[in-house]
Amino acid sequence: MSQNDNAEIVHFDNVGLRYGTGKEVLTDISFTLYPGQFYFLTGASGAGKTSLLKLLYLAQRPSRGLIRMFGTDAITLPRERLPTLRRRLGVVFQDFRLVPHLSAFDNVALPLRVAGMAERDIARPVADMLDWVGLGDRSHARPATLSGGEQQRVAIARAVIGRPDMLVADEPTGNVDPEMALKLLRLFEALNRLGTTVVVATHDIHLIRKVPESLIMRLDKGRLSDPTGALRYPPRRRFAEPAEAGA
Amino acid sequence: MIAWVRQMLGSEWRERASAESRLLPQGKLSGPMPWVIAIMIGLTVIASASGLALRNTARVASVDVAGGVTVQIVHGAPRERDRQAQAALAVIRAQPGVASARLVPQAELDALVEPWLGTHAGDDINALPVPALIDVRLSSGADKARLESLRARIAEKAPAARVDAQASWLAPVFEAIGALQLLAGGLIALLAFATVASVLLASRNALGNHRGTIEIVHMLGGTDAQIARIFQRSMAVDAAAGGIGGLLLGGIATALLGRQFAALGSGMMTSVGLGWTDWAVIACIPVAGVLLAVFTARLAVLNALRRML
Repeated sequence: MSQNDNAEIVHFDNVGLRYGTGKEVLTDISFTLYPGQFYFLTGASGAGKTSLLKLLYLAQRPSRGLIRMFGTDAITLPRERLPTLRRRLGVVFQDFRLVPHLSAFDNVALPLRVAGMAERDIARPVADMLDWVGLGDRSHARPATLSGGEQQRVAIARAVIGRPDMLVADEPTGNVDPEMALKLLRLFEALNRLGTTVVVATHDIHLIRKVPESLIMRLDKGRLSDPTGALRYPPRRRFAEPAEAGA
Repeated sequence: MIAWVRQMLGSEWRERASAESRLLPQGKLSGPMPWVIAIMIGLTVIASASGLALRNTARVASVDVAGGVTVQIVHGAPRERDRQAQAALAVIRAQPGVASARLVPQAELDALVEPWLGTHAGDDINALPVPALIDVRLSSGADKARLESLRARIAEKAPAARVDAQASWLAPVFEAIGALQLLAGGLIALLAFATVASVLLASRNALGNHRGTIEIVHMLGGTDAQIARIFQRSMAVDAAAGGIGGLLLGGIATALLGRQFAALGSGMMTSVGLGWTDWAVIACIPVAGVLLAVFTARLAVLNALRRML
């Protein structure tokens, strides 16, 4: 075990994934994500980005290989202990997955309620978060009455409201205008500066360029390539680790 | 334990329940469940009340006839019949364990046979071989050995005597009551089974309708217990509403039936009635229904959730 193993947030070792009896959609995926890093996951459509993200946010178990998250073996972890890990994650789904019968406010408040936070402690941060994503005046609106971009902002607000240890976002700026995309990216960066590991799946090269210190993982036909050395140990950093910051 | 109860009743629990209840739309989870449960509880109340009333009837009747023995002196000659009756009465009274023995007066016998033989002028009832009757009460039950002993003693002095335990005449009635009680029990079991099946179907239906939301709640770290609690709460509300409705429905039907039977004026039917303990048992039926529905919903939901990651 290397000295950085304790600091790792996610470790994939030789992971493969197939749906049913089909061919593998992810093959021999091995990488380590570290706290406080900003990762972009990129690749062509159908390369397996969403499948890899599903493994990351524990919606899927792999067909083979090992996955360790927050120091816990996520493969052998009993399912009743999965919620504890999931509460440390923030997820922006590609299709938003807002709860249709809940207002924007209640959708954003959902992770806090699931975590058992008292109602009196929920109202303020949720309102602030909705203000921040520009939906302060739409807090009572149901998802069906929101535009695609507004729904996406609600989904992002829901993902970050609980200050997760890791944020996983699948095409989070796909339905918003460039100005809002940049604003949302700045929100992710702000979270990242506070210590949240951010993993954003996107094909938008302009977005990737706007975060020069990010590390890039590229998926190609279910296999991972490593253009910025994000997967190597030690990673070729554009972003110094705290232990070496003064070096 | 006390701390747990306080927590359950405290504002923290109410807040958490309120927050959890917002995770899924309440009141739309189980659709027509309150009506289904009301019907089930109503029918269960009627079946239970019938079973309890039959039990009471059998109990009262069996106490009445338990120590009763009827001695008939069947003889064509009235004088000899009366002689043997007096002799048998003396023998009976001399036996230990006889609480009372009474020769049924002729007027009472005439009244008994009146519906069949009539009382028109000119009728000569004395010309008919109507047996003399001795009504005997034993201090303990009229078991077979006791009856045989009594029969042997009487036969020495009154050879025309027929000795019968009153309970033997009512045995077929008791058997019929027992069968009806079993039927009531079977109906209650079937209704409980139907309730469980309805709740299972409603829970599965609700789970199917809200699968997307449940998956989201799961992905956000919601536990199976949290989701099960939402369904349980909804089912408890539905079952409580249905249970109260069913209790009222069944209670009214039972009271009306009781009045109908009481109005019959028959000796056995007037003893049909429910005591306060019976009504207490009946009042517990909706509570049992709510518990059964909640427990079934919990099992169904947890079982379905286990298939999700």
